[in-house]
Formats: sequence, structure tokens, C-alpha cells
Amino acid sequence: MEKVAIKDSSYRLKKAKILQTKKLTANEKFFEIALMDGERLDYEPGQFIMVSLLGIGEVPISVCSSPAKRDSFDLCIRAVGKVTRSLHKLKAGDVIGIRGPYGKGFPVRILEGNDLLIIAGGLGIAPLRSLIQYVLDNRRDFGKVHILFGCKEPKDMLFSDELEYWNERTDLHYACTVDRADPDWAGNVGVITTLMPGVDIEPSRTFAAVVGPPIMYNFVIKELIAKGIPERQILLSFERNMKCGNGKCGRCQIQNLYVCQDGPVFHYEQIKNLNEAF
Amino acid sequence: MEDLQYVILKKERVHDFISTLSKIQKLVAPVSKGYNNFAFEEVSSGSEIALKYIPTILPLKKFFMPQRETLLEFKIAKGTHAEPVVEYEPMTIFGAHTCDLAGVQCLNMVFSERPKDYNYLTRKNKITLIGLECNEYCDEYASCHLVNASFPSGGYDLFFTDLGDYFIVHVNTQTGDEIVDTTESFEKADTSHIKELKRLRDTKSKIFSNEVSIERRYMPELFDMSFRARVWKALEERCLSCGNCTNVCPTCYCFDIRDELELNLKRGVRYRVWDSCQLEPFARVAGGINFRKERSARQRHRYYRKFRYPVDRFSRFFCTGCGRCTRTCMAGISLKETLNELIKESEDRVWKKWL
Ligand SMILES: Cc1cc2nc3c(=O)[nH]c(=O)nc-3n(C[C@H](O)[C@H](O)[C@H](O)COP(=O)(O)OP(=O)(O)OC[C@H]3O[C@@H](n4cnc5c(N)ncnc54)[C@H](O)[C@@H]3O)c2cc1C
Ligand code: SF4
Ligand code: FES
Repeated sequence: MEKVAIKDSSYRLKKAKILQTKKLTANEKFFEIALMDGERLDYEPGQFIMVSLLGIGEVPISVCSSPAKRDSFDLCIRAVGKVTRSLHKLKAGDVIGIRGPYGKGFPVRILEGNDLLIIAGGLGIAPLRSLIQYVLDNRRDFGKVHILFGCKEPKDMLFSDELEYWNERTDLHYACTVDRADPDWAGNVGVITTLMPGVDIEPSRTFAAVVGPPIMYNFVIKELIAKGIPERQILLSFERNMKCGNGKCGRCQIQNLYVCQDGPVFHYEQIKNLNEAF
Repeated sequence: MEDLQYVILKKERVHDFISTLSKIQKLVAPVSKGYNNFAFEEVSSGSEIALKYIPTILPLKKFFMPQRETLLEFKIAKGTHAEPVVEYEPMTIFGAHTCDLAGVQCLNMVFSERPKDYNYLTRKNKITLIGLECNEYCDEYASCHLVNASFPSGGYDLFFTDLGDYFIVHVNTQTGDEIVDTTESFEKADTSHIKELKRLRDTKSKIFSNEVSIERRYMPELFDMSFRARVWKALEERCLSCGNCTNVCPTCYCFDIRDELELNLKRGVRYRVWDSCQLEPFARVAGGINFRKERSARQRHRYYRKFRYPVDRFSRFFCTGCGRCTRTCMAGISLKETLNELIKESEDRVWKKWL
């Protein structure tokens, strides 16, 4: 068996340096990262990258910053297992491996000129933050923008400074809720669908972008359809186990679709009849 | 049939041919392992080869997509530098049946679809393929005719057909032509040889027929209406989730990617290994949600990955009819039986209109 270097391997890693990290909650950490060797990550909101720690493994993570920020990009990582826990131990100056971006993100060109209803549950805010920042960078190109955010408890709230900033902006409507309040919480309490009656939309010109845990989708989609938003205009992002990102390893397959290549963002019409989707 | 593309190899010259061939580069061919088991292994003489054999335990994918394959080599000391590598071995495979050639064709499609997998493609280009025709069925588990793999249709450099005292050999590529030239064992075929071949193929079309009672073109439709069939529930009770069926399948290519450090923790590799959609954790994500939790869903996924999903993506079945999954299953799950049961189950609904 011969072994030689291969230039065009799909598994080649780009080196990337961690510029800063910030603990967001007990389980989630924020990373600002820049590619080394003068390279730049060229991505769309909603796309993901494979993040590598040599000797430990590789995981898919959504880019959570706006592509307009050219010199670096952000990740928000929840520690759940081997690789993500090891990533949490890293600090500014450490070097990691990156490949990607992969997949189809939010169709921002199609969204332009329309109203947006952005609904994030928990860590779903990560890929949606990329979209939100993109929309704010190009605010004039979009119609009305609503952002609804829900998480389990106030202490789980990610990006709280930014949420505050969105709340204060006059050119978007923002609301949030928690499943369970704590004594300091003065805001809404209840699952995310309780925020939906309060949003006034014109369904035919509204696109909904929804990212959250699988259980959330069933309830939210029902509400969106009840509000009259066409199925093609409901966008969802799926999480699956992923190993390759290239539509080969089979891990992320939903019937005849590969989430890593055909998604992770799908419109509801595309996947509503797929038995293994939800 | 173009005469120029055919040569013949007299039986008495086969041994010469094989030993010459084995001197050019590594040669692998079917070898008997006893108890009606066969394996593709390195050979250097004709006497080692089993010319009459039923599908080998593992298909040719073991050469095209090795069970374990290094993708990256890295040194921890040097920060995060990792070098992508490809492992390959130039070789000639002799004696591949049409079902196994079809299996390689499927893998070729998958790995050359964008984004291309150059690890696979580099290796594939170093392998010479010599096919061998089945004049009759290998055994009762085969269903190669149903999936259009019982007759040769490309995917080889040379293709051998046994016509009694000699093999007639179809020369399909330049590489094949070079083998004919350098081994100096072949003679020109004349019209009588071609006629013999045609006669064999005619006989074959009487022997080979759809192994389950459905026309090939209706298969996708059968699967379209079978997602909720009771058949899958019945498999749930029997399947042991061992993954043997996917391991021996010539077109199952799912893999896992893992890292491994040497004991000194200074160097390591990232490698891929065969994985199986039949194993419980395959579609599980963080938080414990599993998108194919039940064995019935996983078995159904396996069948749809053979007969339905690839039809949209690659316009062909990803079953080659080799019968390996049936031969190997410890629970006695049979591909032909499953298909027959699907047909039977859908019959009382709309199937009748086609019969
Ligand atoms: C498109 C996409 C975008 C994602 N974006 C983010 C993000 O922005 N931030 C974030 O924190 N997480 C994100 N994830 C989830 C993240 O990839 C997984 O949490 C991570 O792979 C778990 O790896 P681990 O080694 O830490 O855990 P492991 O030790 O491998 O496993 C812990 C648990 O996670 C499951 N699991 C293993 N691999 C995956 C996987 N690839 N995806 C989901 N579950 C897995 C295991 O079955 C096990 O139950 C995303 C996943 C996808 C598919
Ligand atoms: S070989 Fe048989 S028992 Fe094992 S996973 Fe396949 S079908 Fe199930
Ligand atoms: S992650 Fe490998 S096929 Fe999608």
C-alpha cells in the first residue's frame, strides 16, 4: 500500500486562530476566529463549517456572524460531548482546523424585499444570529423584521447584550420568552408559540426563518400555517449527525436528502412529507 | 459486435496468462476458502483461482474503499498541521462477476459526484478490472436480473466469457488492450467465436429472468407506496442490528471518521471506517434524539437506499443482486422474500392493474 500527499482532498484543513472567547452560559461558549495564511471564510448565513481538534475529532458548527464581517467569524458552541467539551478548553491564540463552509444557508437574495419573522429556540439563535446580523448590515433591503426568541430559563439566554440591542432598535420588533422564570425575570413566561399571536404580519410577503430543537418545529409550524404563511416561505434548519459534509458518509440523510449538502436550511414544502424529518 | 474488440484465450494458456499478469502488478482473484466461501485475494498462479465461485464474502469495495483508510496525518507538536494523504495500491482484479462490476459502477458514481472524493478516485484509477461472465446463476439468493446486472454492461477493462475450450474476451479499454499485447496469450477471435458467444447469451436470456414477480420499471413505484408497509414491522422482530448486511453489500458506502493518536501522543491520524445505518447510534444526535430509532426504520432505510433513493440521484438501483446480504444474515432476512412480501402487500391495493 502506498501513501502519498493529496492536494485536493475533501478533508484538508485550513488553520484558524482563536482571537477571543467568551463564556455565554454554563454550557455555551463564544469564539471569534480568523483563518490564518491570509485566507478568508466565504459563507452565507445558515451555512456551517467542520471544526477540528486533531486527535480528538471534528464537529459541524454553524457560523453565527454576518458574512459582512470579513476578517473573522464567530461560533457559539455548546459543550455536549468529546469534541465540543475539548473546544471549550481553548483560549485566545490557540489554533484549530476548519473545513467548509458547507450546505445551503438562508436564501438571502430571495428574502430581500420581504418581511421576516425570525424564530429562535435555544441554541437555534446561533445560525439565526448570522442571518439577523446580515439583515441589520443591509437593513434597507428588507421589509419589516420580527425576532422571537425563547429559551428554557433566563440563565440560558445567549448573546444577552445583543438581545438588548435588538430590543432597543426601532427598525425591528423583538420579543423573548422563557419556559421557566427566575425571581429576577420580568419578561414573558411560556413556550415560544405564546409570542406568536402578538406579531402582526402580512402572510403573503412574510418569510419565516425557524431554528430550534426538533420538538419546537411541530408547534411553531402549525402556528405559522394558521397565520397563513405559505409553506414555501417557512424556512427551517435541521441538525443531524454529520461526519463528512460532502454528501457521502450517509449520517445526515433524511430519506433521499442529505442535510449537509441539500440543507441544513430547507423550506417546509420541501421536507414536510419526509417521514424521517421531524 | 465489432470483431476487433474480441480476442480468445485457449484454456490451456490460462495458467500462463495468470502468472504473466501477476508479474505486471499485484493480482487479486477469487480464491476458495472452503465451505462454499470465497474471497478476493492476491494470487500468482492460475491454480489458486476459483473460476467457478459464488459471490465472495466481501465485495470489491474492500479494494476501492478500504475498510479503514487514512485521510490525514498530523503531528501534535507542530501546532495543528495536518497533511491530507491518499492510500492506494496498483492492482489488477481478475474474475469480477457482472454484479460486482455493477457495484463498482455505483461507488464510482457516488465518489465522483461533486464534491468529488479524490481519495477514492485516485485509488480507483490504479485498479485494472477484468470481468468474468456467469453463464448460469451462482445460487438461489441472486437477483441480478431484476437490477439489470446479469449481463455485462461496461465497467471493465477486459471481460472473459467461458465458452468451453476457450474464453472469449471483450477488450473494452486501452488498458485492456495493453494487457492483451504484453501477456501474448491471446489469439484473434473469428466470426465462429462471436457466434458461440451470441448463442451463449441467447441461452442465458432463457435462464435469467426477474427473480421476483415484478417488472424492473415498476420497482420505484412499488417503493413509493411501501413506506408504511407492514413488512418493515415484521423485519423489526427479526433483525439483530448487527450490520453484517451493509458490510458485505457492494454498494453500501456509509462511513465514520475517527481520530487516533499514537501512544506517545505526538502523532496521529484521522481515518475513515465502514459504518452501518443498521447500527443504533447511526442517526442519533446530541440530546439523545434518534431519527431512525426503530430497527424497522433502519431496515427500511437500507432497502430504500438500494431501490428508491438512488433512482432519483443516479438513475439506477444500488442493489446489484449479488445476494450477499441474504447469505450473511444471521436472522435469515432475505432480500428476495422482502421484495416479494412488499409486492404481495401492495397487491390488494393498486398493484393488480399492472399484472
Ligand atoms: C448543521 C449543524 C450545525 C450545528 N451548529 C452548532 C452550533 O452552532 N453550535 C453547537 O454547539 N452545536 C452545533 N451543532 C451540533 C454539534 O455539531 C454537536 O453537538 C457536536 O457534533 C457533538 O459532538 P461532540 O464530540 O462534542 O459530542 P459526542 O461525544 O460525539 O456526542 C455527544 C452526543 O451528541 C451526539 N452527536 C454526535 N455527533 C453529532 C453531530 N454531528 N450532530 C449532532 N449530534 C451529534 C451523539 O450521538 C451523542 O448523543 C450543529 C450540528 C449541525 C448538524
Ligand atoms: S445482517 Fe440481518 S440481522 Fe444483521 S443487520 Fe442485516 S438484516 Fe439485520
Ligand atoms: S455529513 Fe456525510 S453525508 Fe452528510
